[in-house]
Amino acid sequence: MINVEHLVKAFGPKLAVNDVSFSVERGEVLGFLGPNGAGKSTTMRMITGYYPPTSGRILVGGHDMVENPIAAKRLIGYLPENAPGYADMTVNGFLNFCAELRGLQGDARKRAVYRAVELCFLEGVLYQSIDTLSKGYKHRTCLAQSLIHDPEVLILDEPTDGLDPNQKHEVRGLIKRLGENKVVIFSTHILEEVEAACSRVIIIDRGRIVASGTPAELKARSPEGKLDEVFRAITLPDTVKHDANHEVRA
Amino acid sequence: MNAWANIRTIMKRELSGYFTSPIAYVFLVIFLLLTGFFTFTIGNFFERGEASLVSFFTWHPWLYLFLVPAVGMRLWSEERRLGTMELLLTMPITSWQAIVGKFLASWLFLALALGLTFPVVITVNYFGDPDNGVIFSGYVGSLMLAGSYLAVSCMTSALTRNQVISFILSVMICLFLILAGYTPVTDLLTRFASPVVVDVIAAFSVMTHFEGFQRGVLDTRDVVFFASVIGFMLFTTGVIIRNQRAG
Repeated sequence: MINVEHLVKAFGPKLAVNDVSFSVERGEVLGFLGPNGAGKSTTMRMITGYYPPTSGRILVGGHDMVENPIAAKRLIGYLPENAPGYADMTVNGFLNFCAELRGLQGDARKRAVYRAVELCFLEGVLYQSIDTLSKGYKHRTCLAQSLIHDPEVLILDEPTDGLDPNQKHEVRGLIKRLGENKVVIFSTHILEEVEAACSRVIIIDRGRIVASGTPAELKARSPEGKLDEVFRAITLPDTVKHDANHEVRA
Repeated sequence: MNAWANIRTIMKRELSGYFTSPIAYVFLVIFLLLTGFFTFTIGNFFERGEASLVSFFTWHPWLYLFLVPAVGMRLWSEERRLGTMELLLTMPITSWQAIVGKFLASWLFLALALGLTFPVVITVNYFGDPDNGVIFSGYVGSLMLAGSYLAVSCMTSALTRNQVISFILSVMICLFLILAGYTPVTDLLTRFASPVVVDVIAAFSVMTHFEGFQRGVLDTRDVVFFASVIGFMLFTTGVIIRNQRAG
């Protein structure tokens, strides 16, 4: 469903993403794990068509994101980092706007909005403007937007960021459910999340894939069977000085 | 058509954005107060003793200089500040649909403000017998002028997430577009440069092209001038938005 081949993104001389390749099929939940600034968001922004890649290829459902962006974008639902939304719009207005941009009209649009509102528990704030919402509700509003057209591919950048423990649990459950017949890619730096929701994990550090496998496979690499030890062993902390070409192989 | 549906959706959101915040009301009140003040008090509408709206339209290039950038400064800088730009540009629409939709919404809003000045038309028709064809072409010229300034603001708002910077840059560019053909400036220039050079510089000015409309002349060249300023600025907006993401 998603094929990413030798993806590179350079900002000036700095390589934010350096030769990343992977593919994801329907029914998989892929977790992007990595320290802050590892290139998770940049990779997701390229897959969703926001950043054009410096080099490499992205295929979404067979459509090339650079050559045929509209067809590729139709298949994707995207929750950007920090869950942005138009401050002056109501939740209802915002969701209807997004549904319209997704080509939904009339009754189909009403049904889609209703479904997304139910899925993300937004009934109580439907006519509240977005800038008056708490962080959890704001996040769920943006999540609802990504689900509105029932997309085949869901790309969620830190979907549980800023949520309370109950909401985190809900969202993880939702991701797992949706992952049964869709493609879900989500990023996080919370390790427990990976075990709770992913069928496969890719660990990214300094723009490169440093490890990939099922959560169980990764855990088996540590003598105590703990994911956070594996994570620390293969990613470099921010405090360590490094040269740009430093490669870490797990 | 699909493209038009997307443009309309963007337009609708943008336009309702003006009215759900105080911006629209503050702008409309101030615009109408200022046009009234300039037309009647400074422009001596009554003392002129002629049935025309010259004293009304003369001030528009100067009035718009500050008011239009105030309307346009948020178009893209707000999207960048809120992070909604990422949302908008990952939707299955092209960036030019978003640019045109946003521009048309603001232009429509300015048209509404201009439309609300209809009492001066009634007043001048009540007191005298003006040439309403000239008044009509004056309104067309004024709307084209507003559109040109707005396209400039659209471009500057794409440059920065800071609305104040966007506003100031836009005022400066619009001021240049005025001064290049403002009579005191062109008079000054003729002392240093040959008439041909002065004419070329003045041809870039909105003043030169705005004056025709005020005399009641709907010249294709003037319309083409304003349309190409709008087209060029919106195209530049598109280039800026693309380059920002290219890194």
